[in-house]
Amino acid sequence: MSVDALLSVLIAVLGGAIRVSTPFLFVSLGECITERAGRINLGLEGTMVFGAMFGYAVSYHSGSAWVGVLAAGLSGAVFGLVHGALCSLPRVNDIAIGVSLIILGLGLAFFFGKGYIQPTAPRLPSIELGAWSASPALRAALQVNVLFLIGLALALGLGWALANTRWGLRLRTVGDSADAARALGLSINRTRIVATAIGGFLGGVAGAFLSLYYPGSWNEGLSSGQGVMAVALVIFARWRPMGCVRASLIFGGASSIGPALQAVGIQAGYHLWNAAPYVLTLAIMLASTSRARASIGAPGELAMTR
Amino acid sequence: MDLAPQAPMPATTRPSALSPSLRGWLVPVGSVLAGLFAFGLFVAAIGHNPLVVFATIAEGGFASSFAWQNTLLRAAPLILTGLAVALPAQAGLVVIGAEGALALGALAASVAVTPIAAQLPSQLVPLAWLAGGLAGMAAGGAWYALIGLFRARRGLNETISSLLMSYIAIAVFNHLVEGPLRDAASLNKPSTLPLPSESMIGSLPGLEVHWGLLLGIVACLLAQIVISRSTWGFSLRVAGGNPRAAMLVGLPVGTLIVLACVAGGASAGLAGAIEIMAVHGSANASVLAGYGTTGILVSFMARHQPLAVIPVAVLMGGIAAAGSLLQRRLDLPDATTMVLQGLLFVAILAGDAFRPKDR
Repeated sequence: MSVDALLSVLIAVLGGAIRVSTPFLFVSLGECITERAGRINLGLEGTMVFGAMFGYAVSYHSGSAWVGVLAAGLSGAVFGLVHGALCSLPRVNDIAIGVSLIILGLGLAFFFGKGYIQPTAPRLPSIELGAWSASPALRAALQVNVLFLIGLALALGLGWALANTRWGLRLRTVGDSADAARALGLSINRTRIVATAIGGFLGGVAGAFLSLYYPGSWNEGLSSGQGVMAVALVIFARWRPMGCVRASLIFGGASSIGPALQAVGIQAGYHLWNAAPYVLTLAIMLASTSRARASIGAPGELAMTR
Repeated sequence: MDLAPQAPMPATTRPSALSPSLRGWLVPVGSVLAGLFAFGLFVAAIGHNPLVVFATIAEGGFASSFAWQNTLLRAAPLILTGLAVALPAQAGLVVIGAEGALALGALAASVAVTPIAAQLPSQLVPLAWLAGGLAGMAAGGAWYALIGLFRARRGLNETISSLLMSYIAIAVFNHLVEGPLRDAASLNKPSTLPLPSESMIGSLPGLEVHWGLLLGIVACLLAQIVISRSTWGFSLRVAGGNPRAAMLVGLPVGTLIVLACVAGGASAGLAGAIEIMAVHGSANASVLAGYGTTGILVSFMARHQPLAVIPVAVLMGGIAAAGSLLQRRLDLPDATTMVLQGLLFVAILAGDAFRPKDR
């Protein structure tokens, strides 16, 4: 590979890291809130795909991509409410419910999405942060979507709120020790349902990014496990919102290697490069778990780490 | 770790209005009815008559010999992918990556069978099928062994790792089918070298359904006997129900977990191998038709009981088979059956709240 090709791959990976990381960022922040309250929502995968479809459809009919994003978030919140409510029943397993909601979410998205594969909906705008550069590749890489910036602000705000507000304390208490929460008279199920619904909202927004910005259209192969990987991202982030930003950028970068190589004409191993984020996820999870101790920073009530 | 401790419950005596064994049956049946009812509401909400839709599903799945053939062709892999979830579930594990193990089993069989069949006289071709089946089981079993090892050694959550590994396996499948193993003659649809038609597995006598169906049924019978009658099966259920107690009495919990995963992976791998040897002839994208995902639902509906997997797989096969009739006659998208599956799955899991307590 020549120096130029290498440079363009690096720039494409950088651009991809910003672009591809946005859905990771939202869905992992959503999973982070849910898990801090003590539950795992694997169903965010289905929530994302449904949000992608619904956001696209609403954007098409309303003519505004932002209305689409909001609608996607609200649809995600409904999925979150369902997950939260079902898991509040006794002896119901949150991971299994998540799996069933993946199937239901995909089914509903494909059912209603059939008619939206063809039409073109208004997309989300982006900001040119690379206007100073003469290199078109760098300018393309630095086209940053507003949602990415919103996600950054959200991560900052969420980190602050978890540490400093009454709401954050309540969420952490419920997530770390149901007994302590009960002793304080907090409603455990209500807190968890609200947290899962907020998580679902963010999952839906993540889906809207997929269909309304990048890749930027609705089709049935849109999400490829980001909702599942979010669980691993949150572990990697040690359940901290700002950790989710770092994790999402790394995963976004890893996901862009295959397409970046393809762009400079390297086809070999395209599918294998597509597996890079999953391998990375697995490696991170293996490195951060052990039989002897619970993961550092994990909420005490999480079934996964108990 | 209290993941789905849904190992089969013995019918013990407990004070309750209904006897626990009766409730043990009423709850799943009630859950299925609730799921069907929810689907009826969904269908009504989008402007279709639920009764017509249900009748169409029954007709498309079960009303003619053609429908039954279609149903059983789908049930054959579903029995094995259901078993792939049910077997690890005996050890208390929720392993859901059967689609990936199926892909690897299909690849292994597509590579193994052709050269072996070419060496054999036609009477001995079943030996090539045996080799293909074993290759598929080995591929799926080895893949799932990793999931078990990660769980036993590192405490890594098996649901998440199996799903991630399924994505990886499918990427490997796509890479090999579109790259190194691609048959140059497969232009529009990348495929591996096809099996010669005379080395394909034939139909059961009197049926238009291949022998894989019978193999799946036998596998379920064997699994049920091992689980409920053997010491090994008993140890497995103890390890699944209460790992600490199992360790205290000196059971090799880690080994049991890995073995249960290997058995599940082998089952999914066999499903893939049979799909190659009896249906598709070569590994290509149509092998990955979602049997691994539907198998999760099959196993949960069967309460992870191998014998119950058989009728549930037939039911799910029928629902899937009805998809095309729903599309043709009522103009409902093919995802309709997926919505039904999702609603049934949610209802089944929610039903756990009404089951008699395990302990």
